[in-house]
Amino acid sequence: MSYDPAELRGKAAIVGVADAASPSGELETYGRALEAAMVMEALADAGLSLSDVDGVLNAGDSMGLAEYLGIRPRYTDSTSVGGSSFEVHIEHAVAAVAAGLCEVAVTVYAQTPRGDRRRPAAGGPWRRPGAMLEWEAPYGLLMPMGAYALAASRHMGVYGTTPEQLAQIAVSTRQWAAMNPRARYRDPLTVADVLASPYVAEPLHLLDCCLVTDGAGAVVVTRADRARDLAKPPAYVLGVGSCHDHAMISEMPDLTTTAAAVSGPAAFSMAGVKPGDVDLLMAYDSFTITVLLLLEDLGFCPKGEGGRFVEDGKLGPGGALPTNTNGGGLSYTHPGMYGIFLLVEAVRQLRGEAGDRQVDGVDVAVAHGSGGVLSSMSTVVLGGEGAR
Amino acid sequence: MTARLEPPVSPEAAPFWDATRQRQLMLQWCRACDLPVHHPRVLCPRCGGTDLDWREAAGRGRVHAFTVLHRPGNPTMAERVPYVVALIDLEEGARMMSNVVGCEPGRVAVGMPVRVGWEDLPDGRALPVFEPAGEAAGD
Ligand SMILES: [Zn+2]
Repeated sequence: MSYDPAELRGKAAIVGVADAASPSGELETYGRALEAAMVMEALADAGLSLSDVDGVLNAGDSMGLAEYLGIRPRYTDSTSVGGSSFEVHIEHAVAAVAAGLCEVAVTVYAQTPRGDRRRPAAGGPWRRPGAMLEWEAPYGLLMPMGAYALAASRHMGVYGTTPEQLAQIAVSTRQWAAMNPRARYRDPLTVADVLASPYVAEPLHLLDCCLVTDGAGAVVVTRADRARDLAKPPAYVLGVGSCHDHAMISEMPDLTTTAAAVSGPAAFSMAGVKPGDVDLLMAYDSFTITVLLLLEDLGFCPKGEGGRFVEDGKLGPGGALPTNTNGGGLSYTHPGMYGIFLLVEAVRQLRGEAGDRQVDGVDVAVAHGSGGVLSSMSTVVLGGEGAR
Repeated sequence: MTARLEPPVSPEAAPFWDATRQRQLMLQWCRACDLPVHHPRVLCPRCGGTDLDWREAAGRGRVHAFTVLHRPGNPTMAERVPYVVALIDLEEGARMMSNVVGCEPGRVAVGMPVRVGWEDLPDGRALPVFEPAGEAAGD
């Protein structure tokens, strides 16, 4: 017996979301308590309660989370693949609820690197895998920005992409952040400002890099027929796709092409949509180069033309491809694994809840997560009632 | 100059690190693919084959990509800032991370020819680094 992933199309929907962030960059709550608060808020947003939850997804520790919340899940998933973990969780949750493995699944994330500085022993150092210690760390590559700088260098060397073009991505994203009252940075930004900011890992400037802030979010998924009876309009999961092709940057097969070239077409095919049908793109912006590569790999422009594609500001307000409308990891928030904020913003835009930054007529939205060092890619295509 | 981080030795890579004591750059080879495997593994990541041996590399290659670090990647590199971390395409077909040394960071470019040099590690091994070669070597 064989199964066609297209049978999952529209079978599940995101019905509740929550996130937490502050203009100060710090949150008071942290750890499991913050995760629990996000779960409760997202469930309330859906009109559901903890006793409805029978699926638990967490990047690393679904067991401890479920114990803390008193849930005995029928479906558990600790997939941890960096920043794209939560897009992968959506993919897994869609399959799980469609297959009847569970009925209501929740994924949650909380990380507070700023607040943790005031709390000794919280968090702990980033433990690097042994291979990285042996083959990369002795050369002093600054992580993670050094890895992305290598990709940017290669793209510039092969395709002639310029620092100005990369900077324009940060500028367009800042224009969206100006309309998000919770964004960390809202002041206007110019290409000259980005180029005048200090180099961290050349060719990337400080303002080519995402923020370090506290932040948290959660997303609830259930079966489509149940979604229609809940509190908010469903954001149907039309397509999903995932792929990773390396862990260390020195093992990336092609520094100018990510595995989004696999996950994107898979998700679009399942959804039955093309890049031209997409009203809103939420593309993981750990660095400006990340967005540029994703635009190419997801098929919004041909390989090598990302720089020319973005330079007219089409990612910003009023542009042809509204992208990262919450202000992104570059200007809104980035606690470390940013993928959940992509989903939350996509849902809010589909519902028409995005306030001043609302894009007119969003019926198809794409949330694309990138984890590791351009390693793990996951694409989620969401649609409102009209796209279903 | 502060000593670098000493890389651990994975069992598969012991021949690589042992050879650095004689300033030899060794590459693991898959006989089935007739191509190098780097970093060393117990099987070839292309074909899954386990018929692997070791050959000495010529030590010549080109810069595939590079970054100039203006902040050190770890505290042992603080005195070297700014310095170049690069991915080097060896002419045998392997790619490895390394540093480009012996020239101003501003002279490094994608495609620049380089040759291997060595930097001593405290335990007697040496770390392969690269310096400009051929037409890139002149000032
Ligand atoms: Zn082979």
